[in-house]
Amino acid sequence: MQHTDTLFRTICQAGAVLALLLIAGIFGQLCIHSADAWQHFGLPFLWGSNWDPAVDDYGALPHLLGTLLTTLISLLLAVPLSFAVALLITETPDWLNRPLSHCVDLLAAIPSVIYGMWGLFVLVPLMQDYVQPFLSETLGLIYLPGGAWLLGEDGFGCGFGFLSAGVILALMVLPYMCAVMRDVFRMTPPMLRESAYGLGCTRLEVTRDVVVRYGIRGIIGGIFIGMGRALGETMAVLFVIGNLMENPAGLYSCGTTIAATLANNFAEATGLQQSALFALGLVLLLLSFGIQLITRYYLSLTASKRGEKH
Amino acid sequence: MTPRPVIYRKAANQLLNLLAVASICIALGGMGWILYTVICNGAPVINWEFITSPSKPHGEPGAGVANALLGTLIMTIGATVMAVPPALAGGIYLAEFGKNSKFADMLRFCANVMMGVPSILIGLFVYALIVIPSGNFSGMAGTIALAIIMFPVIMRITEDVLLMVPDTLRESALALGMSRMRTTLDIVARSARNGLATGILLSLARVSGETAPLLFTALFADTWPGSFFSEPTASAPVLITEYTTNSPFESMHAMGWGAALVMAGFILIINIVTRCLFHENQH
Repeated sequence: MQHTDTLFRTICQAGAVLALLLIAGIFGQLCIHSADAWQHFGLPFLWGSNWDPAVDDYGALPHLLGTLLTTLISLLLAVPLSFAVALLITETPDWLNRPLSHCVDLLAAIPSVIYGMWGLFVLVPLMQDYVQPFLSETLGLIYLPGGAWLLGEDGFGCGFGFLSAGVILALMVLPYMCAVMRDVFRMTPPMLRESAYGLGCTRLEVTRDVVVRYGIRGIIGGIFIGMGRALGETMAVLFVIGNLMENPAGLYSCGTTIAATLANNFAEATGLQQSALFALGLVLLLLSFGIQLITRYYLSLTASKRGEKH
Repeated sequence: MTPRPVIYRKAANQLLNLLAVASICIALGGMGWILYTVICNGAPVINWEFITSPSKPHGEPGAGVANALLGTLIMTIGATVMAVPPALAGGIYLAEFGKNSKFADMLRFCANVMMGVPSILIGLFVYALIVIPSGNFSGMAGTIALAIIMFPVIMRITEDVLLMVPDTLRESALALGMSRMRTTLDIVARSARNGLATGILLSLARVSGETAPLLFTALFADTWPGSFFSEPTASAPVLITEYTTNSPFESMHAMGWGAALVMAGFILIINIVTRCLFHENQH
């Protein structure tokens, strides 16, 4: 009996160690296969902005900036949205909040390729015909100082581009952020909340001064979870980003992200270009690894309070 | 500090309520809009021929998506078979043996990091690991990529579900003289089986819609899934990508929508059914 127990423990441990091996393997493979590119370009690869297979000159800057820009736009849209949704879900009565949170969870179940299709056939024409003219002409953003820098030279887009990608990403990361924020809001001790209401606070004041103060670390963790999602999302972005390998020139401009570039070019790439693509992958992996570190740090601070048991 | 007028505070509060309602309308409206578009565009092309014939190049009559659906089914089920045993074992280790060990903490962290790795990088990894050495794209490579994506998710779900089982149950079993293995498998895992089934089914639904890791592992083919180990294999998500981004033809777009409807229906049904079943069992 002792032996079977030891054996059982070893087998289970082997299963868990597989996680470590896979992570190490991903790092290792990306490093090995990108070695050529790093050797050839060195660190300037990171801020080179050319991507020319004809002369074998590659740089990561447009992809990197595109990734960061789409992530930023999606977070700007999704953070307030998911905050408000999570708040509403925690404050509504039970019969309503259960179906509501299931519906929000279903948003995460829709495959990203369907988001992409919807973006391509519905959102892009909509952005081109209504949203972009509305932003630049009706709201007059283009005439403001910095407007040309923000929206691009003429203030008219083709519908594709960073703004559309950001909008779709916002919808996609919302359920992930919302799920964490919901747990964070629920962990506020009812006593604290009730006392604040008892003092005559409005819901806004209770939220701002009690709930958010109490759970700020968890909320930050949730935001970083969304950020990690947005950073690596491939398909939805690929459909609407426009796939132009140039540095971003405003919100309406077409561009690319690391993930989109990989999806578009990898299957046909050979030699140095393939190595450069692996190098881009490594950059993306390091970015998402860094974000995971921050996420875990913040979430572990509130883990026990949110009812996550470790 | 002078108190702010009540009217101002009430107005601000109403603004927050309004914002909350507007947000949930945007979130759910977005979902409704997406599903509505998929149904409207997809429903007209779905018929018996569409579901039972293989895909063909543009212009040939009698084209369908059956090979892609079959490919998705094979790869998803293959990935589940591949990922579930080690993931369950790993989850059991974290929950039963690794509560206070630094090593288990590190493994848990690795699993969390893996869950955050963008799925396209898993595709790159499998390309380097399988496709380069074997020299060809294959359904096998796609299956492994999906399995790698599933693995950490199921492992963490297993851990969470097992930790929900009360310790008294474990102690009673051990006090009766059961071995640790019997306790874990017969008592703890059995009482947690609903949660485990939910977790596995949900992550199965999740990977069946994954596209990015299949783009350069399983690739795409206009044929029925033939040789699993040496030929590119069609899958529904990749078919949708091919038909919508790389094709100018309306009829191809329509077929893409049809495939999207079949897939969305499949995934949503799994989600809703498992959630309902699990919800009932909780009470």
